[in-house]
Amino acid sequence: MRDDRRNADTFAALALPLLAPLYNFAHWLTGNREEAEDLVQETYVKALKGFSSFTPGTNFRAWIYRILRNAFLTSRTGLKANVSLDDEENAVDEPAAAGDPESLLLARLDQAQVRNALEQLPVQQREIILLCDMEEMSYKEIAETFGIPIGTVMSRLSRARGALRELLSSKVQRAGL
Amino acid sequence: MNCEWRGRLNAYADGELKEPEFEAMQAHLRTCSSCAAEALGRMQIKRAVHAAATETFVPSAEFRAKLLSSIDEAHAPRRGLWPALVIATASVAAVLVAALILLQPRNRSDVFGEVVDLHTSVLASANPVDVISSDRHTVKPWFEGKLPFTFNLPELQNSEFRLIGGRMAYIQHSPAAQLLFAVRKHQISVFILEDSEKLSKSLGKEATGHRLDFNLETWPQDGLRYIAVSDSNAADVEKLSSLLRAAQ
Repeated sequence: MRDDRRNADTFAALALPLLAPLYNFAHWLTGNREEAEDLVQETYVKALKGFSSFTPGTNFRAWIYRILRNAFLTSRTGLKANVSLDDEENAVDEPAAAGDPESLLLARLDQAQVRNALEQLPVQQREIILLCDMEEMSYKEIAETFGIPIGTVMSRLSRARGALRELLSSKVQRAGL
Repeated sequence: MNCEWRGRLNAYADGELKEPEFEAMQAHLRTCSSCAAEALGRMQIKRAVHAAATETFVPSAEFRAKLLSSIDEAHAPRRGLWPALVIATASVAAVLVAALILLQPRNRSDVFGEVVDLHTSVLASANPVDVISSDRHTVKPWFEGKLPFTFNLPELQNSEFRLIGGRMAYIQHSPAAQLLFAVRKHQISVFILEDSEKLSKSLGKEATGHRLDFNLETWPQDGLRYIAVSDSNAADVEKLSSLLRAAQ
């Protein structure tokens, strides 16, 4: 019983500070409030139940993000969590920017346009960019969260960024910036 | 155009290059303008994504409460009173933790603490500034349209100070320019924002301060509030401050 109590305390201390970022991430994945709430709730319940399988001293953030992501992939998209989403072997680097100053112009887009581009990305590209750029996770943390090797993190990230850049630059052109 | 370094620009922008490689990349970027522009572009997109996506969606208070109680339920008593008591204590602890998080025990009027936070987070960041330039004529216009005021930056050519660049910051919920300067091995952040009584009250109208390892100097100028903060010595902060006061 003492263990139970200690576990619940430890869990609360580790998990509750992550509520806001987890919810934000869940909303980015699902695209609406109700599903984000359901997903976060499911994540916390699963995480608490499985808390004994968490090894103290290891990365709790990667652990709970992994639970959230798996819950999202399995129950909401019917995908298996570790399904290979693309051909990892044929990693192509991002398209070299045609006319370099363009990449500098992208930063002039306003937040609404950047948000819109993120929403337009396929979810498997959106999630890796969000973990890297929004949550500022290291490649190692992302690898733990996704359960994939670091090399795969790098190739997925590279492709996701290439796609994001294309979306952004089409917006720049349309806006005539 | 397609340089062998290009494949490592993401790792560089993400702060994932370790020492020997990082140094080598820095050296390369000084000589390859195409990679340098590309690296800068990637950092800016990264920044833009961070700014656009962070805290975009905030959980409602009702949802927080619902979540807390569902955690309690999942941990519900199975048998007897003793486990129920234990769980009750645990959920009190959970509520307390949640309350602490909601209340954010931070003294809102502590501007000194806030600027030190902003300064140190820039020091710790892989991409400390949004506009990277030692040229005041590049940095100043970058803030145009982002801030409801303009300011002047000093000519630093014959001084020991060097402008690194700038970024947007928020102090007491007001938009501010954060300029980063280097002096020897140290960096100094200078914040410029619209002056208010609250700021003068919290910092002192014209004041210098020292806390932990940080020196601060603040003064009002043309309706704006300037705050310089650094882990460098007080003399450096004062010298830069007087250059800024004289700027036109």
